[in-house]
Amino acid sequence: MESIPVEHGLILAAILFSIGLIGVLTRRNIVFVLMSLEIMLNAGGLAFIVGAARWGHAEGQIMFLMIITLAAAEVAVGLGLIIQMFRRYKTVDINVLSEMKG
Amino acid sequence: MIALFYIAGAIAVIATVAVILQTNIVHGLLYLILSLLAVAVIFYVLGAPFAAVLEAIVYAGAIMVLFLFVIMMLNLGQHTRDQERDWLSPRGWIAPSIMAAILLGQLLTVLSSIDYDLVPEQVGVMEVSALLFGPYVLAVELASILLLAGLVAAYHLAKTK
Repeated sequence: MESIPVEHGLILAAILFSIGLIGVLTRRNIVFVLMSLEIMLNAGGLAFIVGAARWGHAEGQIMFLMIITLAAAEVAVGLGLIIQMFRRYKTVDINVLSEMKG
Repeated sequence: MIALFYIAGAIAVIATVAVILQTNIVHGLLYLILSLLAVAVIFYVLGAPFAAVLEAIVYAGAIMVLFLFVIMMLNLGQHTRDQERDWLSPRGWIAPSIMAAILLGQLLTVLSSIDYDLVPEQVGVMEVSALLFGPYVLAVELASILLLAGLVAAYHLAKTK
């Protein structure tokens, strides 16, 4: 069976993480910010799976399961907050949430 | 198998770039589903079929459908799309992209020192579940409590007063 260099998998995870980070930093639509957070979490999970493949263990897959659970809980709460925000401000622009600045 | 890894990786990167460049939320969501399915293929190639199935069912299935429901409830029209196009100006893009590129460069520098070729071997459902319900059973219980807390919080937050 052919082999894959382990750094290529980790580099792919790093690229996906950076794209997600750019999305979080640049978008002003809160739904896109939440989607970019999902991209970053998924990149973290990919790094765990690459680690699991490197050592041939199942522990990396268990960490990925924990990440997927965290992502599901985070998305549920985040989307609830988005619905509440849209109800209150009638927009998805995150800049309207700057009322607390001094 | 090795070609599948690089093809799926290229699709994942292209689809993820397309996600953060979209002005229409639904198009962005569809690209995100494509990206997640490509990552699921990578999981399978790396010998983690259980994680690949979970990625397709839980991520690309359940979580993305949740997004779709909320986008339907928000009911954003043409107005938001035009607004989105104004927000996507190059001025706002450059500084964060440079910062993220610097971070990526640092990560690549660290990762380039690794030199190991992995031969993917299948670690199936049986090995994972034996660990999941053996030494990691407390983590499973904590995950269930986290999901319950997320459920209660989402119900409370989205409730109409």
